[in-house]
Amino acid sequence: MKQTGFGVRGAFAVGGVWRGWALRLAAFIASLWAVSAQAEYKLNLQAPNTLLGHDIYNLHTIVTVICVVIFVAVFGVMFYSVFHHRKSTGHKAAQFHENTAVEVAWTLIPFVILIALAVPATKTLVKMRDTTQPDMTVKVTGYQWKWGYDYLNGEGEGISFLSSLSTPRNQIEGKDEASRKARQANPNYLLEVDNHLVVPAGKKVRVLVTAADVIHSFYVPALAVKQDAVPGFIRDTWFKAEKPGVYRGQCAELCGKDHGFMPIVVEVLEPAKYTEWVSTQKKKVAAAKVDPDKTWTLDELKARGEKVYAQNCAACHQPTGMGAPPAFPALSGSKMVNGPKADQIALVLNGKKGTAMAAFKHLSDEDLASVITFTRNSWKNSTGEAVVPADIKSARN
Amino acid sequence: MQAVHDHTQGHGHDDHAHHPTGIMRWVKSTNHKDIGTMYLWFSFAMFLVGGVMALIIRTELFQPGLQIVQPDFFNSMTTYHGLIMVFGAIMPAFVGFANWLIPMQIGAPDMAFPRMNNLSFWLLPPAALLLIAAQFMPGGGAGVGWTMYAPLTTQAGPAMDLTIFAVHILGISSIMGSINIITTILNMRAPGMTLMKMPMFCWTWLITAFLLVASMPVLAGAVTMTLTDRHFGTHFFNAAGGGDPVLYQHIFWFFGHPEVYIIAIPAFGVISQVIPAFSRKPLFGYASMVYATASIAILSFMVWAHHMYTSGMPVEAQLYFMYATTLIAVPTGVKVFNWVATMWKGSITFETPMLFAIGFLFLFTLGGFTGLVLSITPVDVQLHDTYYVVAHFHYVMVAGALFSAFAGIYFWLPKWTGRMYNESLGKLHFWLSLIFFNVTFFVQHFLGLAGMPRRIPDYALQFTEFNAISSVGAWGFGLSQLLFLYIVIKTITSGEKAPEKPWEGADSLEWTHLPTPAPWHSFETPPVIK
Repeated sequence: MKQTGFGVRGAFAVGGVWRGWALRLAAFIASLWAVSAQAEYKLNLQAPNTLLGHDIYNLHTIVTVICVVIFVAVFGVMFYSVFHHRKSTGHKAAQFHENTAVEVAWTLIPFVILIALAVPATKTLVKMRDTTQPDMTVKVTGYQWKWGYDYLNGEGEGISFLSSLSTPRNQIEGKDEASRKARQANPNYLLEVDNHLVVPAGKKVRVLVTAADVIHSFYVPALAVKQDAVPGFIRDTWFKAEKPGVYRGQCAELCGKDHGFMPIVVEVLEPAKYTEWVSTQKKKVAAAKVDPDKTWTLDELKARGEKVYAQNCAACHQPTGMGAPPAFPALSGSKMVNGPKADQIALVLNGKKGTAMAAFKHLSDEDLASVITFTRNSWKNSTGEAVVPADIKSARN
Repeated sequence: MQAVHDHTQGHGHDDHAHHPTGIMRWVKSTNHKDIGTMYLWFSFAMFLVGGVMALIIRTELFQPGLQIVQPDFFNSMTTYHGLIMVFGAIMPAFVGFANWLIPMQIGAPDMAFPRMNNLSFWLLPPAALLLIAAQFMPGGGAGVGWTMYAPLTTQAGPAMDLTIFAVHILGISSIMGSINIITTILNMRAPGMTLMKMPMFCWTWLITAFLLVASMPVLAGAVTMTLTDRHFGTHFFNAAGGGDPVLYQHIFWFFGHPEVYIIAIPAFGVISQVIPAFSRKPLFGYASMVYATASIAILSFMVWAHHMYTSGMPVEAQLYFMYATTLIAVPTGVKVFNWVATMWKGSITFETPMLFAIGFLFLFTLGGFTGLVLSITPVDVQLHDTYYVVAHFHYVMVAGALFSAFAGIYFWLPKWTGRMYNESLGKLHFWLSLIFFNVTFFVQHFLGLAGMPRRIPDYALQFTEFNAISSVGAWGFGLSQLLFLYIVIKTITSGEKAPEKPWEGADSLEWTHLPTPAPWHSFETPPVIK
C-alpha cells in the first residue's frame, strides 16, 4: 500500500460495483422522502401556550442560533483546510504550533458568550421556579399507569378524579386491518384520556406533583411543564395557560411496563366555562355519592367492579384475568383470589412489596369492594361471595 | 530495533519462544498485546449484541402500534442496549487500545501488572454472560433503563440482581485496569520521556484512569444500596422508610457524568494522534490540550445534577449546575479549536483513519452543541427525557467515541497485524457509517423537540415519519458494521504486507522505534528519548 494523498474525491472513489449500490440507495432515500413529503413535519418545539413557554422557546432559539453560527465558523475553517491544505494539491505542511494570543482568545471568547447566555437563562429559570401566589392548586399523582388529579385550592376545590388512557387496546395491538385503520384515523392516538385535567385560562395554576409507586414525570410540552413525580415527596411547578384549548403530553420518566401509555390531557377553558364545568362536576360527585348504608347485591358489585377492573387492573392482569406471569400473575383460578377475602383485601389495599403490585388505598371503599367482588366471581372464579364496602372500611382501620 | 535485540537480558531468550500456544495463549496471557486484542474482540462482540438490541428497538418503532415486541421486553431492550454498549462495548474497546498502545508509546516492555491485566480482562466475559442471562430469568430482563432508577428497580424480577452483580464485576475490572494504567504510565516511561512528552493518547488515558478509580466505586455503592433495598430491608431509596428515591439519582450521576468523559476522553486521545499524523503537522497546542483534558475531567465531577433538572432541587442548585455545566464548553472548545488549528496549513491526506477522525470532529462537535443547548436549565426542562437527549448522547457516544475507535483501529491495524486493510472498503465503511448514522439520529432531534418521550414502545401518530426514517437508518448503520468485521478479518488473513511505516506523519514511539508488526515484547531495553 503506497502512501498517497486521496483527497475528498479519492475518498468518494470506492469502485464501480459500489457506485451502483450507492445510486440505488440514494434512489431509495429519495423515494422515502417523496412518500413522506406530504406529512406534517414538526421541526421545532411545540407552539408555547404560556408566557414562560415563549421565554423558553426564545431561549432555545437563541442558544441554537449561537451554536449554529459557531459551528459554521469553526467548520468553515476546517473545510477550508480540507480543500486547500491537502497533500494532493501539493500543499506543504507548515510546522507552527502554539500561539499564546490565539489560545487565550479561543478560551476567553467562548467564556464571554457563555456569560451572555447565562443572563436570559437565569432570568427564565428564576421565573420558572416561582410558584408563589397561585390562583389555584392542583395535586397531580402518578400511578402505574395513570394520573390522579385533586383540586386542592381555588375554584373547583374538592374535585378529584383519575385519568387514564382511553385509546382502545385493539388499536395499539393492531391485530386486524380494521383496528389498524382505526389507529391511523385517530388523531389523538395514545394522547387521549377518559378524564381531562380541566383548568381556567389566564389563571396561575400551581401543580403539586407526587407519585404513589415509582417515579413518573408530568410533562405537557405546550404548557412548558415537566416535573418528576417522586413517590413520598411533593415537588411543585406551575403554568398559566394563555389560550383555551386541549394540550396533550405524556409521562416522561420510565415507570415500568405501560410507561408509554399514560398520557396527560389538559383542557384549558374560558374562566366562565370553567365555572360551569366545576358546577357540573360537583353535581356529578353528589349524584355518584353512594349512601354508605346502601345494601349491595352481588350483581351490582360485579357490574361496578368490571369498570373499576378495566381502569385499574386490566393493564397487568389482563381483561381475561390470565395476567402475564410471572411478573403479573393470573387472577383466574388464583389461590389468593379464591382464598379468604380478608387476605385479598389486605393485598389490594397495601400492595405487595418487591413486586409490581401497587397499593390501591386511594380507591373508594365502594370501588375496592366491587372490584374484589368482581375478581372473586369472574372467569374461573366463583366464590359466590360479595365483598361489601363495610369490609374495606374495617380493613383500612 | 536490532540494537534492542542485541542487548539481551542475560538469559537471552527469543521474543517468540516462551509463551503458551493454542487456547492457553489467551487464557493465561499476561502479554499486553494479546490482552489488548482480546479486549477489542470482546468489545466488538458486545457491540454486535447491543446492536441487535438497538435494531429490535428501532424495528418496533418503525411504525406506531405494537408490532413485534411487548412493552416489558421493549423496556428490557433499551436497558441492556445501554448497559452493554457502555460497559461492554465502548469502555473495553478503549481499554483494548490502552493495553496495546501505552507500553509501546512510553517505551515500556509491557504493563506494570501483567497478571492483574489478565484478570481484569477475564472478569468481562462472566459479567457479559450475567447481562445476557438476565434476559432469560423469570419475568425477563429488568426494564428499568440503563440508569437503573429507584424505586422501579425494587419492582424488577431476579434479572435485576444479575444486572447488579454484572455491574459490580465490570466495575472491579475497570478499577484494576485503571490501577495498571496509572502505574504503568507513572513508573515505566523510558528515560527522557517526561510526562509532557508523552503522546496525547497516554495523557488522556492517565486522566481517564483517575476518573475510573474515583467514580466506579460510587456506582458500586449505588447498585449495592439497590440490592439491599431489594432484599435486606434497607430503605435508602424508599421514602416510606425515611429514604429518598432522588438520592439514588445523585449517587448514580456522580458516577454517570464522569462516565461520559471516561468514554469520551480516550476517544479524544485517539483523535489527537490521528489528526496530526495525516495533517503531517504537530498537534497545535499540546500543553493546552493536556490542561483542557484535565479541566474537563475535574469539571465532570461538579456537574452531575444537570441530568436531574426535573427531579426537583432548589433553584439555587439548578443555577449552580447550569453555570458549571456551561463551563465545560470552554475546555471542550479549546480541544476542537486545537484539532482544527492542527489541520490548518497542514499537508492533509484522507485515508480511512483521517476520514473517521474528521467525521468524529464534525459530529462530536454537533453533539457538544446540543449538549450546550441542554445545559440551559429551562430549555433542558422541555427536552429532558425526550428523543432530543437520545440524539444528543448518540452523537457523542457513536459519532464521538465509536468513530474515534474506528479511526484508531484503521490507524493501528497495520502496526498490530503487519498487514494493510483495504483502503477502498475502509472508505466505504466510513461513508456508509456517516450517512446512516445521521439518517438514524439527526431526525431524533426533531422528535424530541416535538415532545416524544424516550423509552416508549409506541408513539402518537405525529411522530411517525421521523421514526420510520430513523429505523431505516439504524438498519443501514447496523449492517454497515458487518462490512467492518469483513474488512478486519480480511486484513488479518490476507491483507497486503504493511510497510514499516505506513503513515508518513505518525511520530510516536510505536511507529518510530518498533518494527511492523510490533514484536511480542515491546521494549526489552528502554529507548532513550531526547
